[in-house]
Amino acid sequence: MKIVLNKICKSFAGKSVLKNVCYEDDFKALAIIGPSGAGKSTLLRIIGGLLPPTSGELYLDGVKINFTEKELLSYRRTIGFVFQTKGLFEHLTALENVMLPLIHSLQLEKTEAEERAKQLFARFGLEREGYKYPHQLSGGQQQRIQIARAVAMKPKLLLLDEPTSALDPELTAEVLDMLGELQAEGLKTIIVTHEMGFAKRACEKVIFVAGGTIVESGDSAQIFTAPQTKALQAFLNKVLEWRP
Amino acid sequence: MKKYTTCLKQIISVVLVVIILVGFVWISLLRINHRLDFTTLWGYRYRLWQGFKMTLIMAFASLFVSLFIGSVAAVAQKAKFLTVSYLAKFYVQVIRGTPLLVQIFFFFYIIGTAWGVDNRYVAGVLILSLFEGAYIAEIIRGGLESIDRQQFELAKAVGLTPAKTFRLVTFPLLMARILPALTGQFASIIKDSSLLSVIAIPELTQITQEISADNYRLFENYFFLGLLYFVMTFTVSLITRRLERKYKHENSSE
Ligand SMILES: Nc1ncnc2c1ncn2[C@@H]1O[C@H](COP(=O)(O)OP(=O)(O)O)[C@@H](O)[C@H]1O
Ligand SMILES: [Mg+2]
Repeated sequence: MKIVLNKICKSFAGKSVLKNVCYEDDFKALAIIGPSGAGKSTLLRIIGGLLPPTSGELYLDGVKINFTEKELLSYRRTIGFVFQTKGLFEHLTALENVMLPLIHSLQLEKTEAEERAKQLFARFGLEREGYKYPHQLSGGQQQRIQIARAVAMKPKLLLLDEPTSALDPELTAEVLDMLGELQAEGLKTIIVTHEMGFAKRACEKVIFVAGGTIVESGDSAQIFTAPQTKALQAFLNKVLEWRP
Repeated sequence: MKKYTTCLKQIISVVLVVIILVGFVWISLLRINHRLDFTTLWGYRYRLWQGFKMTLIMAFASLFVSLFIGSVAAVAQKAKFLTVSYLAKFYVQVIRGTPLLVQIFFFFYIIGTAWGVDNRYVAGVLILSLFEGAYIAEIIRGGLESIDRQQFELAKAVGLTPAKTFRLVTFPLLMARILPALTGQFASIIKDSSLLSVIAIPELTQITQEISADNYRLFENYFFLGLLYFVMTFTVSLITRRLERKYKHENSSE
């Protein structure tokens, strides 16, 4: 998928969070890494059409995204978004969470929506969680159901904002395994992550964001083995320092 | 076995409470040499029934109007246009900060007269609704604020329209949070409607006053009046418990 970010700026109440973000590439799986507070989530929300930029342009596969409410509504239906935590509707069961957007955003029949949801639950070993409410599910299950909900809508692009940063290592693995499987099937993804191992293995492109701009970007093989900038070297040293 | 003894304990406790309370009232009555006699009330049963119905009508009508006023005031407090927001905040503060009795006199005799609202039933419902609406506005505002904002972000992300977000997300989440408080407020409406007797609306309290002027049995009349209000509010609280169970699936980890 081709993505173009052209001079994207975002400020909140006068405070500048993204400054002149420019990027252009063709990717299957793109990882966004960087220190916290760098503006990664903000950038991802702009790409997902959840937040209009203060200025700048976004193109996906050559199509310009217009940040008007009306156009965003249909744009968002083509993009999956997975939140860091609490990404399920808390008053709905797991199955209802997956069915709701199918019925009310994609206008599917209820039976069709239910069938599609149940198939996904079966495929990812979630059958037994279908009738549970979010507070009855583990963090890993919640994240997998979020991913299932996004995938059920057959998005052209899946965005994930630190989907495993609140999880224990073994739950992290179950979420990343599911994601890897979907990527292998050709699902295009952009993931904000602190899992450098996953970024290196499963994403062929990487963006390093710091202080509200893209400091370095490129192929992940290159980024992780031969970082060019001091900032990225320092960042990688820091996050890899405590790894065995 | 353990279940059996706790059940027994509960029964004994209930009996004890009843004995203590009835005994206390009994002794109080003995001390002032009063013999209760409820028989005269039977003769007023038709008027009491009329009053009972009127109280229910005023309470139900006020419930609906105050829900409307409360919702508008809750949303208006958040309005970007400052005049609207201040007006809503001012309304809530003033109404909650003054006695209902004062409001009834003020709105009925000054505002009502000035603007030609001469139907006292309409005036009664409006005044009571204005009063309860301020409390309901606070309940709704608190409920809205307690919803995690990410729930709305989610709704956006999955492509729901604002109207569907309200219907499928905001409303059910809000209901789960405020239903107990709202039904509690309905019990208050029932009790507060008794003050409408000061503008001569023939509801239960007004009828009881009229009966008292007729039979001079103040104790019995007001005792019975209290009992009738309790029957209404107790029914409401029973219904509340049922509704709570129905709406309460989240936040309740058991
Ligand atoms: N809605 C918002 N209002 C005000 N400031 C915000 C908002 N969202 C993010 N920020 C600020 O923008 C900066 C970047 O945030 P974020 O994009 O969440 O960073 P990251 O995801 O890289 O940790 C932070 O300083 C944060 O406080
Ligand atoms: Mg973030």
